[in-house]
Amino acid sequence: MQQQEVGIDSIKKPGSSMDDVMQQMAEHKGCGTSGGSGKASCGSSGGQGDLAPDIWEKVKNHPCYSEEAHHHYARMHVAVAPACNIQCNYCNRKYDCANESRPGVVSEKLTPEVAAKKVLAVASTIPQMTVLGIAGPGDSLANPAKTFKTFELISQVAPDIKLCLSTNGLALPDHVQEIKKYNVDHVTVTINMVDPEVGAKIYPWIYYKNKRYTGVEAARILHERQMLGLEMLTAEKILVKVNSVMIPGINDDHLVEVNKAVKSRGAFLHNIMPLISAPEHGTVFGLNGQRGPTAQELKALQDKCEGEMNMMRHCRQCRADAVGLLGEDRSAEFTVDKIMEMEVSYDLEGRKKYQDAVEAERQKESDAKHAELAEMAGEFAAVKVLVAIATKGSGRINEHFGHAKEFQIFELSTQSAKFVGHRRVDLYCQGGYGDEDSLATVIRAINDCHAVFVAKIGGCPKADLKKAGIEAVDEYANEFIEQSALRWFKDYLGKIKSGEFVHEARGDAQIRQGAYTPESAAA
Amino acid sequence: MAYKIVTSQCTACSACEPECPNNAIREKDGTFIIKPEKCTECIGYFDEPQCVAVCPVDDTCIIDGVYPRYQAA
Ligand code: SF4
Ligand code: SF4
Ligand code: SF4
Repeated sequence: MQQQEVGIDSIKKPGSSMDDVMQQMAEHKGCGTSGGSGKASCGSSGGQGDLAPDIWEKVKNHPCYSEEAHHHYARMHVAVAPACNIQCNYCNRKYDCANESRPGVVSEKLTPEVAAKKVLAVASTIPQMTVLGIAGPGDSLANPAKTFKTFELISQVAPDIKLCLSTNGLALPDHVQEIKKYNVDHVTVTINMVDPEVGAKIYPWIYYKNKRYTGVEAARILHERQMLGLEMLTAEKILVKVNSVMIPGINDDHLVEVNKAVKSRGAFLHNIMPLISAPEHGTVFGLNGQRGPTAQELKALQDKCEGEMNMMRHCRQCRADAVGLLGEDRSAEFTVDKIMEMEVSYDLEGRKKYQDAVEAERQKESDAKHAELAEMAGEFAAVKVLVAIATKGSGRINEHFGHAKEFQIFELSTQSAKFVGHRRVDLYCQGGYGDEDSLATVIRAINDCHAVFVAKIGGCPKADLKKAGIEAVDEYANEFIEQSALRWFKDYLGKIKSGEFVHEARGDAQIRQGAYTPESAAA
Repeated sequence: MAYKIVTSQCTACSACEPECPNNAIREKDGTFIIKPEKCTECIGYFDEPQCVAVCPVDDTCIIDGVYPRYQAA
C-alpha cells in the first residue's frame, strides 16, 4: 500500500502564544478543578485509590489509567510502528498485530507526518481526546525513528496532549533518555514473566544486538532488559504501567510473582489482561488450542494482586489505531483520505473549556455515589453482587439493551460500587457459536451478574433474562451508573432482609474471543 | 550472492529494512524487496543474515538460488 506524505507545514496551528499555552496548562492542573477539597475528596473519589497525589495528578484525565476518567476522556493510537523485535506466541504478525494486547487489525500504517495530522484532526473534532499513544502494530521502540518523530511533531502543534507508548521492553533501556526528552510521561511495558523458563513458553525468539536468540536464553535477555528498563524509567520519574497477558497453565499463578517484581521496581499500575485466543487468529496459542481464562479466573487473579498494587480492570484491549472513548471506536471517521480533506485548526481554549465541563460532571457523579454509600454502611457488609451496565459513556446508563456491544461490570457491596471489568458481546458469533441468537450470547457473557441495567429493553428479552436469573433494570435510564446501581442494591438487600428472596451466588461467565474491529463495531 | 524476500509472505512490517548493513532492502508496491546486487548475505558484517534474523514470518527471507553464494563470488 502506498502512503501519502504530508508536510507538517500543511497543518494549521492557531495563533496562541506559548505564554497562553503555559497559562492554560497551569490552570488545568490542581485538585481544585475537580471541585474537591484536596486529598480528602480526591482520595475517596474511586479513581485515585491509593495513588500518591502527584501520580493522580498525572493520570486523572488519562482514560487508560483512571477508572473514572475512562468514562469521560478519550485516547487515540496511531499506527506508525509496524516492526517488532521479538515474537510472542499470542501474536500473528503475518496478518497484523498490536503490541502487547490483542490480535490486531490495524488498517492503515501511517507516516509520522500523516499521524500528526490525524491527531490534530481528531483532537479538534473530539475535545475530550487527551491522550495519544503509540502501541504498534509492532513495537514502538523497535521503530524508534518513526515513534519519536511522531512525538516531536505532535508536541509542537498540540502541546496539551499527553503522550504515551507501549513496548515489550527489549529496546527500552536504549531509549529512556529520548522518552524523557519528548516528555512522554506514561510508558506501558508488557511483562508476562520474571522467570525465563516461563518466558520460553511465551516467546519463541527475540532479535537483539544483530542476533536471533531462542528459548530460555531469549527469555532471559528479554527479562533482564525489561527489569532494567523499568528501573531506569522509575529513576527518571516516568510513570510505568505494566501489562500482563494471563495465559492459563503457563503464567497464571506466576503473574503474582510478576506483580511483586514490577511493583518493587516502581510500576504504578498493573493491568492483567486475558489471553485472547482462537484458531482463526493463526497465532501459536490459537493453533495449539491454548485457551484464555474465564471471567472468574481473571477476576480471582486480579483480586489476588489487588492487595499489592493498583489493578486496572477497564482495559478494552483496543486496536492499535483506535480512536475514541475506551470501548468505542471512531477510527472510520478519520481515515487518511478523510483527514487529508479536513481543515484543521487547533482550538486549545475550546478544548480546555470542554474538559472543565467534563470535570464538573465527573465530580457530580462521584458525589452522588458517595451519598448512596453513606446511607448503606453497616448493613449486609459481606454481600457482594455483580451487575452489568449498558452505557455509551459519560458514566450514565444510556444504552439500549439490544444495541449494547459491551457491558461494564460493577461489583456492589455496602462499601463500594467498584468497576471490575467489561464484557464484549458483539463478536461471539465469530467465537464459534454459529447462528445462536444474540440473547444467549449476552447471557453467557454476563452470566455471573444478578442484574443488567439498561436505558431500554423489550418485554421478550426481559422475560428471557429473568428465566436465566438476571434481572433487567430499566428504571434508571440516563442516570449515573454507580448511584443507580447502589440504589438498586439497597432495594435488593431490603428484599433479602424482608425474606422476599434469598441471596444466591451466580455462575461463571465467558470472556469474548476475537478482536474489536470496525466491522464488529458497525454490525 | 543474495537473499530474496518471498513477497507473498512479507507483511511489510519494515523490520528488515534498517537492519541491512548494505542498504539492500526497500519498500516496493506494498512489500519489501532485496536488491540482489547489493546483498552480501551479511558476510563481513554479521554472523547471520539480519533480514532472516528479524523477519517475523518464517521462510520469507530466503537464499535466491539464481545467484551463486557470496563467498563463491
Ligand atoms: S511484542 Fe507485540 S508486536 Fe511484537 S510479537 Fe509480541 S505482541 Fe506482536
Ligand atoms: S542478507 Fe544481509 S545484506 Fe542481504 S539483504 Fe539480508 S540483511 Fe541485507
Ligand atoms: S521483516 Fe520480513 S515481513 Fe517484515 S518487511 Fe522484511 S521481509 Fe517483510
